[in-house]
Amino acid sequence: MKCDHCDKPAVVHETVIKNGEKKEIHLCQAHAASVGYLPDLQPLDKILANFSPTAKKAAASPACATCGMTLAQFRQHGNLGCEACYSTFEKMLEPLIERAHAGGTRHVGRSPRRSAERIDLRELRMKLVRELDEAVAAEQYERAARLRDRLHGLGEGGAASAAEPASE
Amino acid sequence: MKQREPDPADRPDDEPMRLRHSGPWLDATAPDGDVVISSRVRLARNLSGFPFPRRASDPQRHEVIEAVRRADWPEALAPGLIWVGLRDSSAHERDLLVERHLISRQLAQSESPSAVAVSTDESLSVMVNEEDHLRIQVLLPGFRLSEAFGRVLDLESHLQDSLDLAFSPRWGFLTACPTNVGCGIRISVMLHLPALRITNEIERVRRAAKDLHLAVRGFYGEGSESAGDFYQVSNQVTLGVSEEELLEEFSARIVPDVIAYEREARRLLAERSPVLLEDRIHRALGILRSARMLGLEESMKLLSRLRMGTCIGRIDAVPLEMVNRLFLMVQPAHLRTVAGFELDDDQLREARATMVRKTLGG
Repeated sequence: MKCDHCDKPAVVHETVIKNGEKKEIHLCQAHAASVGYLPDLQPLDKILANFSPTAKKAAASPACATCGMTLAQFRQHGNLGCEACYSTFEKMLEPLIERAHAGGTRHVGRSPRRSAERIDLRELRMKLVRELDEAVAAEQYERAARLRDRLHGLGEGGAASAAEPASE
Repeated sequence: MKQREPDPADRPDDEPMRLRHSGPWLDATAPDGDVVISSRVRLARNLSGFPFPRRASDPQRHEVIEAVRRADWPEALAPGLIWVGLRDSSAHERDLLVERHLISRQLAQSESPSAVAVSTDESLSVMVNEEDHLRIQVLLPGFRLSEAFGRVLDLESHLQDSLDLAFSPRWGFLTACPTNVGCGIRISVMLHLPALRITNEIERVRRAAKDLHLAVRGFYGEGSESAGDFYQVSNQVTLGVSEEELLEEFSARIVPDVIAYEREARRLLAERSPVLLEDRIHRALGILRSARMLGLEESMKLLSRLRMGTCIGRIDAVPLEMVNRLFLMVQPAHLRTVAGFELDDDQLREARATMVRKTLGG
């Protein structure tokens, strides 16, 4: 079976009933990904690369720097671990959230009355914590030291420092 | 903390089991009360700086409960708020809270530190450490969505002075499950649709609801069947849409349309099949007045027909308020509370039939 939009073989087949009419959808991998299906399907060479012992460690399911939640745990019960998970898993969450909210991709409702500055600061702090972890994992110690200094410069408080990893 | 044995005889009149009060959704004079049982608006919120409940340790969950309790709860919006630690309450008390729509089954079964706060009139309830740190709901009788909406958002706005909520400009209010992210708001109405069920039109309502991305559930929410012809309709989309747009969609379109549809189905039934309709209503009343044993599902089904009969003026002897109250009183934990002791299944069916018979003068 060919894709509805090109000549490539279809890998996603779905029957949709809308307004009482039955419609069959057949999509190739690229077109399926473009409308939000198979967000995690990787090219075969990447999947195979993960089988080599060194690559496997680096590509292991990333964990949230704030709460330690892994992608596998999220998939298991559908709940994220903490507010920082939304940044940690942003790329993976995007298509999923878009589907769950009928195409909604951005918040348009009310905001809390607190100042935008505090939000920016919190997000900056979470971003630095993530980068610091990456730098340490990649053994880039100079970069890590610079990031640590910047984090200290931001002061205490906020999500990144207040939330400790949960005990399992 | 001590875990008390589930013994309803222990404290039959204790808070929050104010059985002498009727639940807020029982009021028979509520607007459009012939079809709309209740209007509910619920907000999902989390405190910034704590892992979401599922990921939080017990001490962290206690901290969240304390922070929420210590917050400034204005008396005008949350009159006579009573706090109940769910670990301190018996299984029976938790069942009672579920039957009164004040907590979810999920929270009732939770073994981790969690709490609920309930206002005197039971129109406000706040679950702490359910799926999210906070689930704030306002539940009002009849079609009063705008009022519930205004009250819950006013309260939340007030709470922001003492609580720092998890929020991101892109995703909105951050919730444990990404399906609630954005406004974190759930607007729902409990509808009584017996005529649409009898005429099989209910499937059309379900399909229309699905096209509009609405969820249709039963009397006790997720996973419950449509016992007693009750259908709870709620929004599923919370991102990319504003709170006001959702309210408008419900208040101006969805609910009025379904009300009109059900009323029309009742009118057509009365016009085209008057004998069939009268038979169903009076047969239901006859069984309710005579039975010596009644199952929960059966009693809900019969009460549904009685309710329809009362609403369309075919039954004068039974006021709507009484029928509404019976829907609550036939629930197991309520029967156990009235009895004052534990009842097995057969005793429960007997107690249910006796209570219904006495109430309806059988």
